Amino acid sequence: MASMASRAAAVTITNAALDKPSHGSSVEPTSRISMAVAVDVSKFESVTMAPPDPILGVSEAFKADSSPLKLNLGVGAYRTEELQPYVLDVVKKAEKLMLESGEFKEYLPIEGLAAFNKATAELLLGADNPVIKQGRIATVQGLSGTGSLRLGAAFIQRYLPGVKVLISSPTWGNHKNILNDSGVPWSEYRYFDPTTVGLDFSGMIEDIKNATDGSIILLHGCAHNPTGIDPTAEQWGTIADVIEEKSHLPFFDVAYQGFASGSLDNDASSVRQFVARGLELFVAQSYSKNLGLYAERIGAINAVVSSSDVANRIKSQLKRLARPMYSNPPVHGARIVANVVGDPSLFDEWRSEMQLMAGRIKGVRQSLYDALSSVDENGKDWSFILKQIGMFSFTGLNKNQSDNMTDKWHVYMTKDGRISLAGLSLAKCEYLADAIIDSYYNVK
Amino acid sequence: MAGRAIARSNMRAGKRFMSTAGWWSHVTPAPRDPILGVTEAFLADTHPSKVNVGVGAYRNDKGKPVVLQCVREAERRIAGSKFMEYLPMGGSVKFTEFAIRLAYGDEADVLNDKRVASVQTLSGTGACRLFADFQKRFKPESLVYIPIPTCHHNIWRDARVESRLFRYYDPATKGLDFSGLMEDVKNAPSGSFFLLHACAHNPTGVDPSEEQWKEISQLFKEKGHFPLFDMAYQGFASGDTEKDGQAIRIFMNDGHQIACGQSFAKNMGLYGQRVGCLSVICSTPQESVAVKSQLQQIARPMYSNPPLHGAEIVSTILSDPELKDLWHKEVKEMADRIISMREALRFNLEKLGSKLNWQHVTDQIGMFCYSGLTEEQVDRLTREFHVYLTRNGRISMAGVTTGNVEYLANAVHEVSK
Repeated sequence: MASMASRAAAVTITNAALDKPSHGSSVEPTSRISMAVAVDVSKFESVTMAPPDPILGVSEAFKADSSPLKLNLGVGAYRTEELQPYVLDVVKKAEKLMLESGEFKEYLPIEGLAAFNKATAELLLGADNPVIKQGRIATVQGLSGTGSLRLGAAFIQRYLPGVKVLISSPTWGNHKNILNDSGVPWSEYRYFDPTTVGLDFSGMIEDIKNATDGSIILLHGCAHNPTGIDPTAEQWGTIADVIEEKSHLPFFDVAYQGFASGSLDNDASSVRQFVARGLELFVAQSYSKNLGLYAERIGAINAVVSSSDVANRIKSQLKRLARPMYSNPPVHGARIVANVVGDPSLFDEWRSEMQLMAGRIKGVRQSLYDALSSVDENGKDWSFILKQIGMFSFTGLNKNQSDNMTDKWHVYMTKDGRISLAGLSLAKCEYLADAIIDSYYNVK
Repeated sequence: MAGRAIARSNMRAGKRFMSTAGWWSHVTPAPRDPILGVTEAFLADTHPSKVNVGVGAYRNDKGKPVVLQCVREAERRIAGSKFMEYLPMGGSVKFTEFAIRLAYGDEADVLNDKRVASVQTLSGTGACRLFADFQKRFKPESLVYIPIPTCHHNIWRDARVESRLFRYYDPATKGLDFSGLMEDVKNAPSGSFFLLHACAHNPTGVDPSEEQWKEISQLFKEKGHFPLFDMAYQGFASGDTEKDGQAIRIFMNDGHQIACGQSFAKNMGLYGQRVGCLSVICSTPQESVAVKSQLQQIARPMYSNPPLHGAEIVSTILSDPELKDLWHKEVKEMADRIISMREALRFNLEKLGSKLNWQHVTDQIGMFCYSGLTEEQVDRLTREFHVYLTRNGRISMAGVTTGNVEYLANAVHEVSK
């Protein structure tokens, strides 16, 4: 090993310094040689610096910018109109209750907090869904969306080795990392159409049809990240038709239930549609955005399957994957969710707060659209801003245009043209519209 | 690939409602977790004298779980915090800085030199898994040596790092098989990775002495081995955080560039909060930045960033001299209670006239005692005396109280005489 050779070299030098006869290349170090200075060549000397996180880089550049006009539209967390972070009132109340009740801090079971698992499955499918009554859903608490996706991917690698996962083009950057690190092969299905700044539906259907039978299709349940473009209910039906025809397994990433439209039920309709058709599927959930619990890493991996026996077997194997990763999941976020959902008045209040957040996003979309329409002298149709949903929007700006947004206008966004509406206030809509119009028309 | 072939043929067979044959007929139920089974059986038992010494979490003398006062106070102080944003991928910087000061000592050169890469992890398991994945990525040809017995096999297996065993526990003496250990260390290919328990070995409670650690360290230097310490009981073993960190200090002072996984599950009673830290001593500050960046790259597709609450509790305690003092006092109380239960158990066994040697009960340290009981004897303990423990004969001293120690001693004596 290179490090051993270097180490031997270091020892040889020491020998020479002590006027001992040099031994040649294969010096075996002895304990008499003093190693008072920690100089061993590290085993990890060859470790290179990892590439900087593209999204983190945006925030850092924003911080470094001293312009009073600057706008951070790279942020992936909700902001108020005053562009401040927002801890939901129900979360504060739940934490207060938890503090006062002085609960123990024992290990959760590997599958997580039972009250949370029950609540999360019911939120996803509806409390009276027959699937739940029949015990046909396996739910394991996971480390937010990422951790839940990872458990699902690890399960796929172990039980469906070689089966490919199809992801949308584009998709959340971490999807590829998760699949890569799990050793699961992936390819892309067409999704974003730059000419319409909308869904390339025929491309999507064609690619799903052309995939080998029994592939896995990763779908965003609502509020597609990064485009904000969701299929309509009818389009979801067609997607389900093709998936069923090809015997594919749908894997839903549901990171924005309630946050997208303001309604928990509406935002789960795609998943529920598939389940109602009797399809088996996986779902990863996150409470980072809809309950603002970013920091506490709370989510779940669910498997909806044909029988409770299958559900139990899958659950046991998901646990077996989780154990050597982190043993058992963190309790704090799970208790918050369980407390909020378990108390009718807190649950109502949560619904209101979600409507507030979703409402603010819709409000800035409208305001941005209005500003763009009034500034644009060429009559371009900017209505895609209104059709898109959720925290993010694909503006249709290319890399050069996005650079112009930053360099000239101090608007920070990702280079794929994605803006975060969560970081936009009504007060800044006109400024942003000016920046977009300038970048779109004057930069190629 | 058999599973996939089955899945495929199932697919062709049952297309319309694919779940008739389904995707998952080849998914077998996972074997039951042995420790969980013990707990479940205990809970189901209605016998008034039942004793649970299978539990892996501290209990007070009334057999109840404990939340430390310093933890409760820390929680009161952080309550109402406006911060719920994502932590960085490497976790809370404040937390990791305090954690590594605890592990290496406030004045450690490696800290002053800024040569330690550290990231917050999902407790001790998360620290080990992060390191195992890092090892696989950057030293793909390396092996990991793990002691017989230990609880880490699954972690390196899932990280796809080949593992070997090294001798550790000697059933004959119920102590350390030091010569076996040294022989296995010597015979391992140079530059192997070794998993060492810094203190309070789990599950045996058997630790090397200070002298033995020094010898192990020297041999490691000769062989160019990489020491990875799992430190899950700092403060909880002897009651003294400095003392419990001595193995790490010995290796560090000998110039080893160790890695260390820390857990705050036991010593701060933060079990369910999943708070831990992985640190790697590097040659230079630049290298530590690079190593940290790569550890973060591994964390990102696993959980993105670690949970906040537990890290905030630890930071609050370790950054406040009063709370830190209180913590030291409380962790010593836990350790002292365990030590006194060890003494009481041994005393009672000897008082009952047991002809066996029970010295190991007080020689061993930490939460667990490897009793030396056979599986048959364990089964009798459970069946006849309603005493619950794992079949390897491991007794959790945390489950022993002044109220049940005599009963326990009697039961153990009855099945072993």
